[in-house]
Amino acid sequence: MILFLVRKTLWAAVTLAVASVLVFAALEIVPGDPAQVMLGINATDEAIAALREDLGLNKPVLERYFSWVFGMLQGDFGKSYTYSVPVNELVADRVTISLPLALLSLLISTAIAIPVGLYAAARRGSLADTGIMALSQVGIAIPNFWFALLLVYFLAIWLQLVPAGGFPGWEAGFFTALKSLLLPAISLALPQAAILSRVTRSALLETLGEDYVRTARAKGLSRRSTIWKHALRNAMIPVLTILGLQFAYLLAGTIIIENVFYLPGLGRLVFQAISLRDLIVVESVVMMLVGTIIVINLLVDLAYLWVDPRLRHRRS
Amino acid sequence: MSAFLKTALRNKSFATGFVITCVVVLMAAISFVWTPYDVTDLDIGSKLKAPGWAHWFGTDHFGRDIFSMIMVGARNSIAVALVAVIIGVGFGVPLGCWAAARGGLLDEALMRGNDVIFAFPALLSAVMITAVFGPGAINAIIAIGIFNIPVFARLARGAALSLWPRDFIMAARAAGKTKTRITIEHIVPNMANLLIVQATIAFALGIIQEAGLAYVGLGTQPPLPSWGKMLNEAQTMMSFAPHMAIIPGLAIVITVLGLNLLGDGLRDVLDPRLTRKRD
Amino acid sequence: MRTLKKLLAVALMTTAIAPATMVGAAFAAKTSLIMGMVLEPPHLDPTAGAPAAIDEVVYANVFEGLTRIGSKGEVLPGLAESWDISEDGKTYTFKLRTGVKYHDGSAFDAEDVKFSLDRARAEGSTNAQKALFAGIDSVTVKDASTVEVQLKSPAGNFLFNMGWGDAVIVAPETADGNKANPVGTGPFKFGSWVKGATLNLVKNDDYWGTPVALEKATFRFISDPAAALSAMLAGDVDAFANFPAPETIPQLRADPRFNVVIGSTEGETILSTNNTKPPFNDVRVRQAIAHAIDRQAIIDGAMFGLGTPIGTHFAPHHPAYVDLVGQYPLDLEGAKKLLADAGYPNGFKATLKLPPPSYARRGGEIVASQLRKIGIELEIIPVEWGVWVPEVFKAKDYDLTIVSHTEPMDIGIYARDDYYFNYNSDAFKATITKLNETTGEADRYALMAEAQKIITNDAVNGFMFQLAKAGVWNAKINGLWENSPVQANDLTGVSWSD
Repeated sequence: MILFLVRKTLWAAVTLAVASVLVFAALEIVPGDPAQVMLGINATDEAIAALREDLGLNKPVLERYFSWVFGMLQGDFGKSYTYSVPVNELVADRVTISLPLALLSLLISTAIAIPVGLYAAARRGSLADTGIMALSQVGIAIPNFWFALLLVYFLAIWLQLVPAGGFPGWEAGFFTALKSLLLPAISLALPQAAILSRVTRSALLETLGEDYVRTARAKGLSRRSTIWKHALRNAMIPVLTILGLQFAYLLAGTIIIENVFYLPGLGRLVFQAISLRDLIVVESVVMMLVGTIIVINLLVDLAYLWVDPRLRHRRS
Repeated sequence: MSAFLKTALRNKSFATGFVITCVVVLMAAISFVWTPYDVTDLDIGSKLKAPGWAHWFGTDHFGRDIFSMIMVGARNSIAVALVAVIIGVGFGVPLGCWAAARGGLLDEALMRGNDVIFAFPALLSAVMITAVFGPGAINAIIAIGIFNIPVFARLARGAALSLWPRDFIMAARAAGKTKTRITIEHIVPNMANLLIVQATIAFALGIIQEAGLAYVGLGTQPPLPSWGKMLNEAQTMMSFAPHMAIIPGLAIVITVLGLNLLGDGLRDVLDPRLTRKRD
Repeated sequence: MRTLKKLLAVALMTTAIAPATMVGAAFAAKTSLIMGMVLEPPHLDPTAGAPAAIDEVVYANVFEGLTRIGSKGEVLPGLAESWDISEDGKTYTFKLRTGVKYHDGSAFDAEDVKFSLDRARAEGSTNAQKALFAGIDSVTVKDASTVEVQLKSPAGNFLFNMGWGDAVIVAPETADGNKANPVGTGPFKFGSWVKGATLNLVKNDDYWGTPVALEKATFRFISDPAAALSAMLAGDVDAFANFPAPETIPQLRADPRFNVVIGSTEGETILSTNNTKPPFNDVRVRQAIAHAIDRQAIIDGAMFGLGTPIGTHFAPHHPAYVDLVGQYPLDLEGAKKLLADAGYPNGFKATLKLPPPSYARRGGEIVASQLRKIGIELEIIPVEWGVWVPEVFKAKDYDLTIVSHTEPMDIGIYARDDYYFNYNSDAFKATITKLNETTGEADRYALMAEAQKIITNDAVNGFMFQLAKAGVWNAKINGLWENSPVQANDLTGVSWSD
C-alpha cells in the first residue's frame, strides 16, 4: 500500500518534469515576440530591446528554464509580461470561476447520469432503458459549444431567463454569480452526463452478472437490495474513473465554453496569453493544470483502493 | 465481407450507423466532383437566404450555398478525423504491442510516456500546438492525432498482454517464431476487432474536436469551409439567420451519432468479450 | 471678471446640487456606466505603449494633455488654457491652468509639462509615438504656469499632436507606476482592475474642471463578437463605442432599448501591398488589383454595409479629402490586360496574411475570391497580432495583408523610409516635407490633395474602405462620442437621462 503510494508519487514527479520540458520547449519556438506585442507597431527597436532585457528574455535558454522550474518549486510561478502581476494572482482570480464551474457541471452531470444510468440498468431492456440509451447516444454526439449556442439563443436571448454570458463576480451575490454559471455548466454537463449514464449502466450490469451477486440473489436477497448492498459499490470503479477524467477535463477543457459565455476562467486566460505571447503565463498555467490532472489521477487511484479492498492486496 | 454485412445489418445500431456514415461519406465523395454551387465563389448579393428551393439549406453571410458547404465540410471533417485516427493507430498500436512484447523497463517507460501525454489537457494543448505551428488543417490533425496515440497504445498493450499467455501464442513461441513475427502474425490480427471499434469512436471524437478547433478559429482555413468554422461565423447571426447555426451543428451531431452507433454495433457484432478487458 | 467667476461657480454649484435634491422626488438618474471594449489594455500608461485600448480607457478620463481633441477632431484647451504662437511658427507659449491637482493630491505645474515632454522625446524612451515629439527643440519653464516650447521647424499640426494620448502630462513622482496605477489630472481616478474582465474608474471629486455626472465607470473587456452581442442584449453592458459585430447592427437598431450611431473613424482599411516584392513591384500589377477589387461588395460582405469606399489613404470626412474611388473602377477585363502586360497572363500565386479583426478576416476572404477572378490565387494565412507585427510590419515578410490604419492624418507614413509598404517615391516625400513646413490651411489642403493623388496613381495599396464606428448604447445615455477622431472613450460629458 505504502509502496504503491510512493511509486505513484514518484512517477507523478517524473511526469511533471517531462511535461515541464515539453511545455517550455514548445513555447520557445512559438513565433512572435512578447515585447513587440506589448509595445505595439510603432515602438522603436531600442525600446523593444530594453523591454526584452527588463523581462529577462535575453538570458540563455537553460538559465530561463531552470529559474522558471526552481521558482515553481518554491511556489513562484513568475510574473505576467503583459499585466506585470504574479501569475499566482491571475490564476487565483480565475480559479474562483473555473473551479465552481467545473464542480457545478460535475454536480449536474452526476445528479442526472447516475440515477438515470442505474434506473436503465435496473430496467434493462425496457422501453425506458432503450429510450435513455438512445437519448444518451444523441447527447454524446452533441458538441457542447453548439449546445451552448442553442441555450444562449433560446434561454438568454429569447426568453431572457438567465444572463447570456459574463460573470458579475462573487461579490455581486452568491446566487447572482451562480446564475451566470448555470448555462455554461449545463452545456458542459450534458455530453458528460450522457457518457456517465452509459458507463454507470454498463458497470452495474456487469457487476450484476458476476458470481457473488448471483449468489446473493440466490440466497434470496431482493433485486433492489442486491443492487444497493453489493453491486453498486463495485460498479463505482469505472464511474469514478470517468468522473476523475471528466473533472480534469472540466478544469482545463472549458476554453471553448468560456469563449461562448465570455467567462474569465483559466482556459480563457491561457488562450488570451497565447495570443499576447505572454509565454510565462501560458507555461505556468499549463503546468499547474498538468499538476492538477496528475493529482486527480492519483486520487482516483486511491479511491479505487477505498472502493475495492481487493485491489489493496493485488497492487502492493 | 457481404456475409459479414448481412449478419451485422441485423444489429439495429450497426444498421443505423452504417447508413448514416455511408450517406456522409458519399456526400463528401460527391463533393469532389460536384456541388450545387461553388463554395469558393462569394455572391454577396444573395447573402443570408433562408432555406428554400434555390438553396436547400440557405446561404451564409457571403452568399455561399450552405448545402454545398456542408458537403465540402464533410470531406474536411472526415479527412482530419481519419488522419488523426491513422496517426493514433500508426504510432499507438506498434508502441503498445512493443511494450507488451518486451515488458519490463521499456514497458514501464512507454506507458509512463503515455501518462505524460494524458496529463495534458487535450484541447488546451491542441490550442497551444496550433499557436506554435499556425492554424490550419494539418496542424489540427497533428494536435488531435497526438492525443489518439496513448489511447491506442494502452488498448493495444492491454489486448496484447491478455493474448500472450494464450495457448496458440505459446505454440507459436515453441515453434521458434520471433516476438516480432508473433506480434504481426497473431497478436495484431486478434486485436483487430477491438481496434476497429476504438477507431470508430476516436473517429467520432475527432470530428467533434476538429469542429471545436475550427470553432475557435484554429482549424481549417478559408477558402475551404469547415463545420466548426461555419458555427463560429453563424454565432452572431443566430437571431436573424438561425439556419446558419442549426444546420452545421446538426451535420456534426448526425455524423458523430452515426459513427458512434456504428462503433457500438460493431462491438456487439464482433467478439464482444475482448472489449471488456482493461489494463 | 471676478463677479463672473463667482456667478459661474454658483451656477455650477446649483447644477451640481439640483439633481441631488431631486432624488427624493423622482428616480435618481443612474450614475454608473458599463462600457464594453473589444481589447483589454495591457497596461494603463498611454505614454509607454501603442495599444489603442490604453487610450480608450484613460484618455481624457484619467490623463489630460496640454490640449485635448474634441469629438469632431477639433483642438481644445486642456491643461493649457491658452497659448501663443510666435510669428515664425516655431515658438509655442502655453499658459497653464492653476489649481490643478493629481489624483494623489500633488499639484500640477510647469515642471511636470517639461518633465513629460522631455521624458517622451528622450533617448531610450518607450513612448510609442516618439515622432510626435521629434520636432521639439527645447522645453523651457518660464514660471509655474507658463511653458515655452521651441520647435526645430514650424509644424502645422503641433497643437493637434499635443492632444494625443501619448502626449499627456504625468508627474515625475508617479510616472513609473502609471502602468499599474495611473495617476493623472482627469475627472476620473483609477479604481480597480480585474485582469481579463473589468476595469473600474471612479469620479475624482477634486477635479479642476466641470465635474462629471458619472460616479463610476466600468470597462468590460469582451473580445468575442457573439459574446458582445449577448452582453448588449442582456443588458450586461450599457454601451459599446465600437461594436465588434456589424452584422448585428440592424437587429440592435430595431431594438428601442438601444441607440445605434454610425460614425466615422480614422481607420483607412487597406490591402497593404509589399511594393518591392515581385510581382507587386510592378505598378501594373497593383493597378490590376485595384481594378479587381469590388469595394462595395467588401463593405457589404465584411462590414454588412457599414463603411465608406475610399480611393486613397485619407479620411472621407476630412475637408481635404479627394474622392479618387472612380480612378480604378471594377473592370476585370482591364485588370487581366494589365496583368498580361506585366507578364502574368495566367495570373500568379501569393499570400495574404490576415490579422484577427473581422474586417481583415472576412474582408480577406472576399478579396481572395475577387482576385481569383483575374487569376491571382491567394493563400490565406491568419495570424495573431503577436505574429503580424514582427513578421509583416517589422520584417516585411509578406505579399499582401489587410489592416486598418487608425491613426488620424497618417498619410505621412507613405513618406517614411523602411515602412512596411516598401513604397519609395521622391515626389511623395517632397510633397510631405513641404506639407510639414506649411502652416496656411488652404496651402496645406492643396498639398494633402496632391499627396493623395500620388499614392493613388501609384496604386501603392488596395484602398478599400473607411472603417465605420458602430456605436451602440442604451438609449438613455447622453454624451458619448459619435465619431472617433482619436482613439478614446471620452466619458467626461456622459450622463443618464431618466
